[in-house]
Amino acid sequence: MIQVNNLSKIYTNGKKVLNIANLEIPKGQSFGLVGNNGAGKTTFFSLLLDLIEPTTGSIKNNEVIVNQSEAWKPFTAAFIDESFLIGYLTAEEYFYFIGDLRGQNKADVDALLKKHEQFFNNEILNNKKYLRDLSKGNMKKVGIIAALIGNPEVVILDEPFANLDPTTVSRLKKIIKELAENPNVTVLVSSHDLVHTVEVCDRIVALNLGEVVKDIQTSPETLKELETFFAV
Amino acid sequence: MIKHFISLEWKSFLRSASFGTNLALKIFMTLGALYFAAMFVGLGIAVYFLIEDAGLKPFETVNKFLIYYFTADLVIRYFLQTTPVLNIKPLTILNIKKNTIVNFVIGKSALSFFNFLHAFFFIPFSIVLVKEGFNPMQVVFWHIGVFSIIYSMNFINVLVNKKDSIFYVVLTIVGGFGLAQYYGWFDVTVYTSPFFQGMYDTSYLFLFPIAALVLLYYFNFKFFKNNLTLDTGLAVKSKEATTENLTFLDQFGTLGTFLKNDIKLLKRNKRSRTTVIMSVVFIFYGLLFFTNSIEAYNNPAMHVFAGIFVSGGFLFTFGQFVPSWDSAYYQLMMSQNIPYREYIKSKWWLMVIGTVVSTILASFYLYFGWHIYLLIVVGAIFNIGVNSHLVMLGGAFVKTPIDLSSSKQAFGNKQAFNMKTMLISLPKLLLPMALYAAGYYIFSPEVGLLFVAGAGVLGFAFRNKVFTMIEKIYKTEKYATISAYKQTN
Repeated sequence: MIQVNNLSKIYTNGKKVLNIANLEIPKGQSFGLVGNNGAGKTTFFSLLLDLIEPTTGSIKNNEVIVNQSEAWKPFTAAFIDESFLIGYLTAEEYFYFIGDLRGQNKADVDALLKKHEQFFNNEILNNKKYLRDLSKGNMKKVGIIAALIGNPEVVILDEPFANLDPTTVSRLKKIIKELAENPNVTVLVSSHDLVHTVEVCDRIVALNLGEVVKDIQTSPETLKELETFFAV
Repeated sequence: MIKHFISLEWKSFLRSASFGTNLALKIFMTLGALYFAAMFVGLGIAVYFLIEDAGLKPFETVNKFLIYYFTADLVIRYFLQTTPVLNIKPLTILNIKKNTIVNFVIGKSALSFFNFLHAFFFIPFSIVLVKEGFNPMQVVFWHIGVFSIIYSMNFINVLVNKKDSIFYVVLTIVGGFGLAQYYGWFDVTVYTSPFFQGMYDTSYLFLFPIAALVLLYYFNFKFFKNNLTLDTGLAVKSKEATTENLTFLDQFGTLGTFLKNDIKLLKRNKRSRTTVIMSVVFIFYGLLFFTNSIEAYNNPAMHVFAGIFVSGGFLFTFGQFVPSWDSAYYQLMMSQNIPYREYIKSKWWLMVIGTVVSTILASFYLYFGWHIYLLIVVGAIFNIGVNSHLVMLGGAFVKTPIDLSSSKQAFGNKQAFNMKTMLISLPKLLLPMALYAAGYYIFSPEVGLLFVAGAGVLGFAFRNKVFTMIEKIYKTEKYATISAYKQTN
């Protein structure tokens, strides 16, 4: 589904923040990206969403070269950070807005919201608050569910577990696992948290200073292996 | 401690987003500030003689109108001057006494440009007074009195800024006095001017404003000290949200989706609301031109200038920041399946609606005759046909992120007014002025109107071409724009 070729990102000050020679993520895989701060996780996702320009190489998303065509947009959805939210809208308005852009009518969106009622924990819908006034955790909930609107085939979530309370984390893991079970949906998740990532992903790639340093299929030993790797 | 505060302030000033942009902008900003200062100095020197020429007693006349001067000052402050309360949040947990922090905040507001500006007027005026034979000692008393009042306004503004209701009550009362005076029902200045005059005539009346100032400082101090906690004074106000569906716009498809969003954008953010207020002010801007009150403005070219501004206030103030209005969530917009064309079109329609509404609101100009109103109407046609495109074209290159949620306003203390975009707007005014003047002098005023309207209609024909151009700019500038918008203040 996603092919990375010779991808690198070097900033004008000469700092190389990402360098991936080759990486292939097959359709239906749930893909976990782990690494320390500055490892290049968000840079990789930003390149995948064509938000920054690659210095060399390219990413193909379902055979579409992302920085040349926009044809990847209809089947790709993402939540990177709060800058993906529109602060002056209420949660409902935001969901309908995204729904409109993704060709979903109000009923479709309502059905999805209904399905994730438990995840919202009564803190999101009908609470008379604009998104800018929500707590970080609740903002995240909104962003994650908005990324599921319109049955996207590629779902990208940057640090989805950060800022969430323990109950919500376990509910989120359920949602991601459910997505991962669908053979048509490719899920990409990045995290600092090895335990959560190992739990929801089929495959884990560890980045360090922009390079792929580990690429493993998840097994009972994975967590141990990763913990040893990062325990420096 | 003071040393630390000053260095903090200096850094926050030098490193603010608007100041850091580029050298050209800094020069324009400085020129702008100098211009205003020079205007005030000029006025301060000239006003005495101007009033004298008009056959009135200068000092008495100034005292008569001081009440309105101070009110206008308060109104301007209310909309433009901000109290930088949030900046002190990091200080509250440091080893600094509460009293010191509070004094710092209040002292900081006293250093605002809004206070200094008046010095440029009153100091020259006082010097002229002394030169014209007024008693120097008494002039100094008067001067101290006036400045105490100006600083009182500063502190009143800080207090009422949190309370809209008080502000509007004050505004209604003083506005009512103004109307009453204009129509000759009741003259409030009969009661107020003896006081201002008295500050000169007596050696004690000026002590009252000083006492008021001290009292206000004390209130401010108490107010801030009591509210120096996260859930009161430092809390970010959040209004209860209402969900609006605006379903009637659904029939326009994606265009409707964007329009819905833009309407909410305008309604729910302080920054964009200021824009709407500004455009209403622009509607009245024409009065300066059509009442023949200023001689330099009383010529055909300047009349078109007014026509363009009266109908296009919203178009200019809003349009110059497309797509910056969406800067806070530009990454979202760029990763969604968004047809650029519809996005641009929705902004264009919003500007068209704004222009039409302004033109209708401006129908009171009919009082000055049909020709004057037609000037505004052709101005509107030109705005829709030509300027809307130019404004958006200019806006496509503007990469200043707009902080919608902050209460910092369009002309806020540090987020200075964007001179660059104002300069881009100049040609948009010069073209219709030239066209009208040409028609006016070569043929007749009516032909002049036709020329301007014709250019507008002609420009409209290029709409799709321009949209394609803007689309291209959005695409080529995409990465640069995203990275610029990420730099928040």
